[in-house]
Amino acid sequence: MARDMSTAATAPAADFAARHIGTGPEAQSTMLDALGYDSVTDLLAAAIPDSIALADAASILPPAATESEALAELRALASRNRVHRSLIGLGYHDTITPSVITRNVLENPSWYTAYTPYQPEISQGRLEALINFQTMVADLTGLDIANSSMLDESTAVVEGMLLARRASNSDSNVFLVDADALPQTKALLANRAEAVGIQLHYTPYDVSPPPSDLDVFGAFIQYPGASGRVWDPTAVIGAVHAQGGIAVVAADLLSLTLLTSPGELGADVAVGTTQRFGVPMGFGGPHAGYLAVRSGLERQLPGRLVGVSKDADGHPAYRLTLQAREQHIRREKATSNICTAQVLLAVMASMYAVYHGPGGLKTIAERVTNAARYLADAASDGGHTVVHGNYFDTITLETARDADDLVQRAYEAGYLIHRLDDDHVQLSVDETTSQDDLVAIADILGADLGTFPERVPGRTDLTGWIPETLLRTSEYLTHPVFNTHRSETSMMRYLKYLADKDYALDRGMIPLGSCTMKLNAATEMEAVTWPEFSRVHPFAPEADVEGYLELIGQLESWLADVTGYDAVSLQPNAGSQGELAGLLAIRSYHRSRGDDSRTVCLIPSSAHGTNAASAVLAGMKVVVVACDELGNVDLGDLRAKIAEHPDDLAALMVTYPSTHGVYEHEIRAITDAVHEAGGQVYIDGANLNALLGFARFGEFGGDVSHLNLHKTFCIPHGGGGPGVGPVAAKSHLAPFLPGHPLSQRGAKSNPVSAAPYGSPNILPITWAYIRMMGAEGLRDATGAAVLAANYLAVRLREHYPVLYSGENGLVAHECILDLRPLTDATGVTVDDVAKRLIDYGFHAPTMSFPVPGTLMIEPTESEDLAELERFIEAMVAIKVEADAVAGGEWPADDNPLVNAPHTARSVIVGEWEHAYPREKAVYPVPSLLRNKYWPPVRRVDQAWGDRNLFCACPPPEAFA
Amino acid sequence: MPNYTGSADKADRKYTSEHEWLDISGTSATIGITDYAADKLGDVVFVELPKVGSTVQSGKVVGEIESTKSVGELFAPVDGTVTAANTEVVDSPQLVNEDPFGAGWMITVEVADASVFDAADLMDFDAYTALVGE
Repeated sequence: MARDMSTAATAPAADFAARHIGTGPEAQSTMLDALGYDSVTDLLAAAIPDSIALADAASILPPAATESEALAELRALASRNRVHRSLIGLGYHDTITPSVITRNVLENPSWYTAYTPYQPEISQGRLEALINFQTMVADLTGLDIANSSMLDESTAVVEGMLLARRASNSDSNVFLVDADALPQTKALLANRAEAVGIQLHYTPYDVSPPPSDLDVFGAFIQYPGASGRVWDPTAVIGAVHAQGGIAVVAADLLSLTLLTSPGELGADVAVGTTQRFGVPMGFGGPHAGYLAVRSGLERQLPGRLVGVSKDADGHPAYRLTLQAREQHIRREKATSNICTAQVLLAVMASMYAVYHGPGGLKTIAERVTNAARYLADAASDGGHTVVHGNYFDTITLETARDADDLVQRAYEAGYLIHRLDDDHVQLSVDETTSQDDLVAIADILGADLGTFPERVPGRTDLTGWIPETLLRTSEYLTHPVFNTHRSETSMMRYLKYLADKDYALDRGMIPLGSCTMKLNAATEMEAVTWPEFSRVHPFAPEADVEGYLELIGQLESWLADVTGYDAVSLQPNAGSQGELAGLLAIRSYHRSRGDDSRTVCLIPSSAHGTNAASAVLAGMKVVVVACDELGNVDLGDLRAKIAEHPDDLAALMVTYPSTHGVYEHEIRAITDAVHEAGGQVYIDGANLNALLGFARFGEFGGDVSHLNLHKTFCIPHGGGGPGVGPVAAKSHLAPFLPGHPLSQRGAKSNPVSAAPYGSPNILPITWAYIRMMGAEGLRDATGAAVLAANYLAVRLREHYPVLYSGENGLVAHECILDLRPLTDATGVTVDDVAKRLIDYGFHAPTMSFPVPGTLMIEPTESEDLAELERFIEAMVAIKVEADAVAGGEWPADDNPLVNAPHTARSVIVGEWEHAYPREKAVYPVPSLLRNKYWPPVRRVDQAWGDRNLFCACPPPEAFA
Repeated sequence: MPNYTGSADKADRKYTSEHEWLDISGTSATIGITDYAADKLGDVVFVELPKVGSTVQSGKVVGEIESTKSVGELFAPVDGTVTAANTEVVDSPQLVNEDPFGAGWMITVEVADASVFDAADLMDFDAYTALVGE
C-alpha cells in the first residue's frame, strides 16, 4: 500500500493527449487492420500527397504540459493581469453574472458543447433560449423582429449599414454617421465601408441636423452617445426617412428599460451589444451583439433567425427560419457573410433577462443612472464641468485640472477612467459600482465629502437628468418566461429543462462533417471564469494586461509555427471575419502596389458559401471555378479562368483538405498557377485539423489563411458560437492584417472586430490545448482523426458509396456518403436518414453539404472505438430499414424512416396504427434500452415556418 | 388583364434552359417555372416578382423563387414589358409546387413584335423533355 502511494506520487501524470484522443493503441491497431495499414504514420503517408509533406518537422511548441502544469502556468499568466475597476465604458461594462447562469450555462457542457441548431428536432432547448433572446431584444428596442445575435456591437453597426443600403430607396452611396459614435465603431465603419464603395459622412447631429436636401441611403445614431449624452433623435430620423433613407440606431439595452425605445423614435434598425446582461467583459469578448428591424425588413436580416413552426404532429416547434437569406445558400448574394454567431453568450444574456425580469432590469438601470447622477454632482462639487446635462450611465467632464492627473489618481486608487483629451475625461458606471466605489471616486473628483452625501440617493424621478419626453412609458418583457423564474430553484430547473431537450457532445458523437465536434476538455475551460481574465476591460492600460498580452503573443507565435506563416492576428471573432480580414489584406496589398484593378476572386464550386459572401464584402468579384467528377478543383477550368483575368486576378480561395474531405493531389499546381498570374492564394483553414503536424499552409503556396479555433483548437461551439477566426499570413501581407486603434500594442489599422484582440476571454482554451498536446500530440490528433474517418469510410462503404476519395482511395478527416442511389432505389431521402439517426441516439451528420443528397461524416479524433462502432451499427441498421421499404415490407409513406424522429408521446398516445412495431420506432437496437435520447418534437415542418413567419416567444397556450 | 388560366397544353408551350415555360399568344407571353424546376427547388416559401409596367431584358434576373433550402432566380427569356404579375403566387408560394404550369405562373410579358419569340433561343416541349432527361 505504502509502495503504491509512493509510486503514484512520483509517476508522471497522465498524458493529456491520451485523454483527448479517443482511440488508444489497441483500438487504433484494430482500425488500421481494417484499412490494411501497419501504422498511423503509414496511413497518413499514403493519404497526404508527397508534394506538401513538411519541409521541416521541427516546431517551436514547448513539450506537452500535464493538465495541472498547464493550469499552473495559466494561473501565473492570470496573476500578471491586474483587475482595476473599470469606469471606461465605451460599450463594455462590468456586470454580475448570476451564479446560477455561470454554473448551469457557461460551465455546463450541455450548453457549451452543442452545435448550431440546424437540426431543430434535437435543439429545441437552445432554440427556445434564442427565441427568448430575440423577444428580449425586440421588446427592449421596440422593433418587430430581432436575429439571434451578431458578433459584437461594431460589426452589428456595419451590418446595419449594409442592410440600409440594400433596403433603402435611395441611390446614394453616402451613409451618415454620428460624430458621437463609439471610437471602435467609427474605425470599423471606415475599414468596411471603403471596401464596398460606401462614403461615410460624420456629423454632430445636435450641432448640424441633417438638411432637407440630404442625399444619403441611411444614417447611424448612437443612443445614448459615446459621450454619454442622451438626446432625442426623432427629428434626425424623420429627416432621413423623408428622403428614403434607413435609420440605424445603436442602443444600450440596459438604458432602454428607462429610455424611449429606438422603435418608438422611428428607427428602422437597432443594433448593439448584450454584454452587460451578465456576460463578463473578458478583455473584449466574446459577447453577443444584436440586430433588430421593423417589420418589412426581415428578409434583409443578416445572420440566424429562430422562428416557430410545427412538427409532424402539429405541435409547435422552433427552428432556424428564412435560411435562404444566408451565406450557406445564397453565397455571394447573401445578406451577410456571418455564419458562427455568439449563441452561448446570447443564451447567457437572455437568461439574465429571464432571471431578473422587467422589474429587476429596471431596478438595475435605476441604480446605475442614480450612481451616474451622484458622480455628476460630485464632479460639479469638485469644480469640474459636466458637459452633457442629460445622460444615463456615462458622464463627460471638462476637468478643473489636467485630465492626466485625474486619470492617474483614479488609477492609483484602483479605478480606470477614460481620458478623452488634455482636459476631458469620461466616467461610466455599471451594476457592479458600489457605494464605496462612488465615495472613493467622488473623493478623487475633489468633492467635499464633508458636505457630500455618503450614499447614493435612490431617486425614481429621473427627470432631473433624463428628458421627460424620453422616459419610457411602453411595456417590455411581458411574456411569462420573463416573469416566472425569480427563485434560483426555478431558474436552475428551467435551464435543466431546456438542456434536457438538446443533444450535445455530453450525450454522444456529433459526426458533423466540416464542423469538427471534438472534445472541449474541462481543463481547457477552467480559466474562462477566472476574474483575472473575465473582468478586464478591452481598453485597459497595457500595464494591467501583461498576462493577457503574453498569452496572446505565445498563441500567435504557436499558430504561426504550425501553419507556416509569419504573422497572426487573433482579432477576427469568427471564421467569416477571418476570411474577410484575409481578403481585405490581399486587397490592400494589391492596392499598395498600384494593382487597384485586381479584384477577381476565384472560388471553387465546392467552397463553403461563406467564402463567396466574404469576397463580396472585401470588394471582390466572385468567379466560380468548376470541380471535376472526383470533386477536385478542375485544373483546366482554373487555368482558363486565370487566363480570362490576366490583369484583374486578385486571389484564389481554396480549402485544404477540400470541402469534399479529400487531400487534393494537385494543390501545388493550383497555388503555382495563381502565383504565376500575380494572384494571392487564400487557403481556408476550416479543415486544418486534417493537416496539423503533417503539412503547413505556408509551405505549399498559401499567402494567407484563417483558422477556426472553435474547430481545430477546441473552443466549444456553444450552440453556434463563440468562434475565433485568427488570420495568419506571410510577411508581405502582415502589414495589412487587423490592428485596432485602441490596442495596447501593435498595429492600429484595419480593424474587423470591436475589441483589439477579438474574444480574448476564450483564448486560454486554445492556449491550454496546444500547451497540453505539444507538437507530437497535435500530430497524433491529426492521425487519429484521419484514421477514424477512413475507418468509418471502409466500414460503411459496402452499405453507402463513399463519394470522393484521394490518394490510394483514402479520405482525409471526413467522408461523404452518397445517399442519392439509395434515394433513387427506395425513395428514402437524406433527411429521412438524418432524422432516423436521432431515434438511434445520434446527432445527424452534415446534410447535403457540399453535395446535395449526401451525408458528410467527421468523427474527429476524440471519439473512441465503441462510439464509432455504435454509429456504424446505426447506419447499417438504417440501410436495412431502407431496403425493407424498397422491398415493399413497409409502405413508402409509413415506415420508421419517413416518420422519424419518434417522440415518446408519438408511440404512447392513442392506438398504434403504423406498419412497423412501436419497439422498432424507438428501440431499434438493444443498446438504446440502457441509454436513450428522446427528441422533444417530431420532424419539424420547414416550409410552414418560412411561410408563416413568427420569431418571438409564442404564447403559452400554443403548447397546450 | 385577367388572371392567367394555364389552359394551354404543356406540349404547346415553349421552354428555356433555365427551366422556365412560356405560353405565347401573339406578342404576349405568360411565364412560369417548370415542374422539374419546382421539384428541384423543393418547398417554395417566397416569390418575388417584378413590378407591372417594368421593362425586362432577356437573360437578366427579374425575380426570385426561394425554398427552404435554396434560391432560384426568375430570368426574363425575352426583352419586353411586364403586363401582369401573379399576386396569388406571392401570397401563396406553395402554388409553385402545387401547380407550376397553372396557378403557379409568374409574370406576363409583352414584347415589341412576335418575331422576338422566334429570335429567342426557345425549346419546344420535346427538346425540353430531352434536356431534363425525362
